[in-house]
Amino acid sequence: MADSIRLRVSRYRPDTDPEPHWQEYDVPLRKEWTVLDGLNHVKNEVDTTLSFRWSCRMGICGSCGMNVDGEPRLTCATFLSDHAPGPVTVEPLANFPVVRDLVVDLSDFMAKLPRVKPWIIHPDDHRTVEPDVEYLQTPEQLDAYKQFSMCINCMLCYAACPVYGLDPEFIGPAAIALAERYDLDSRDRGERERLDVLVEHDGVYGCTFVGECTRVCPKHVDPAAAIQRYKLKAAMETVKAFLLPRGAR
Amino acid sequence: MSRRRVQPLVWLAFSAGGVAAAVLLPSLALLFGLAFPLGWLDPPDHQHLLAVVGHPVTFVVLLGTFVLLLVHSAHRFRYTLYDGLQIKKKRTVAVLCYGAAVVGSGATLAVLWAAA
Repeated sequence: MADSIRLRVSRYRPDTDPEPHWQEYDVPLRKEWTVLDGLNHVKNEVDTTLSFRWSCRMGICGSCGMNVDGEPRLTCATFLSDHAPGPVTVEPLANFPVVRDLVVDLSDFMAKLPRVKPWIIHPDDHRTVEPDVEYLQTPEQLDAYKQFSMCINCMLCYAACPVYGLDPEFIGPAAIALAERYDLDSRDRGERERLDVLVEHDGVYGCTFVGECTRVCPKHVDPAAAIQRYKLKAAMETVKAFLLPRGAR
Repeated sequence: MSRRRVQPLVWLAFSAGGVAAAVLLPSLALLFGLAFPLGWLDPPDHQHLLAVVGHPVTFVVLLGTFVLLLVHSAHRFRYTLYDGLQIKKKRTVAVLCYGAAVVGSGATLAVLWAAA
């Protein structure tokens, strides 16, 4: 194995640069080094002006997502040796405005997320359950939504989604997967409220089931399945609305 | 849902058409494209097939299946044109795609009616 590998990094400062450009850095190629380790080496030893987000280094915080060799990845979970002999291209996540270098602006997602009400909605919460008492669930009830609760909001699914790239109004995979996570929770009664949001024109029917969201998810959430389930749920509700009188729905 | 919406119903028809296309077409292609011509199975004779097609239940099932298949193709082709070829005239594309499905459905009805 060679002892160094070249990182080809996208640099961009919107206030001074007319457009993004490439800058190359040679970093040590070690078996246990990830792309994030390479970037931190650059930041600490070579070029302190390089900007990127990171925090936990163990795939929990979801802040170090970038496009590595064109593919949305958590850089803390992407080993340099898997991209040898290089060069390894590192770009900001696709489909988002760039704040600086590898840092993207997530305000679009932050505005969309609360629209699907990703919290437990239960009208009787404080009447049937004391606030300081645990709300018990069986293992089966936990399993029903656990997969969708693994989302770390890393935005790889948005970077991979061609529909979001073409139509930024689309509410997007992670928001819909989180809506499904609360719908499937036995403590929740908010299904109708979320459905009202997701059946809008920028909701689930924007998805054309490309499935890239599920493929790139580092936590093995299946947003594409969540979206398909929502489409069926919304379709069934619509059929009921056509067939049944108002009182029976 | 306060307002009645069309999009979920179109999607339901698209979805049903997709299932029909995935399940029925390969078996029909296998039977009529390979198994009968190559003599793996004895083909039904013309009179027999005509009698089957002429039955009212077959008529309804075939008509429903073909309409769903056409809606599926129209919907898929519409999004291929939008997203794949980046055609911006959305209303024209929708009218042409779903219009073709309506014309195809009419043709299906005419063919089935003639056979019945």
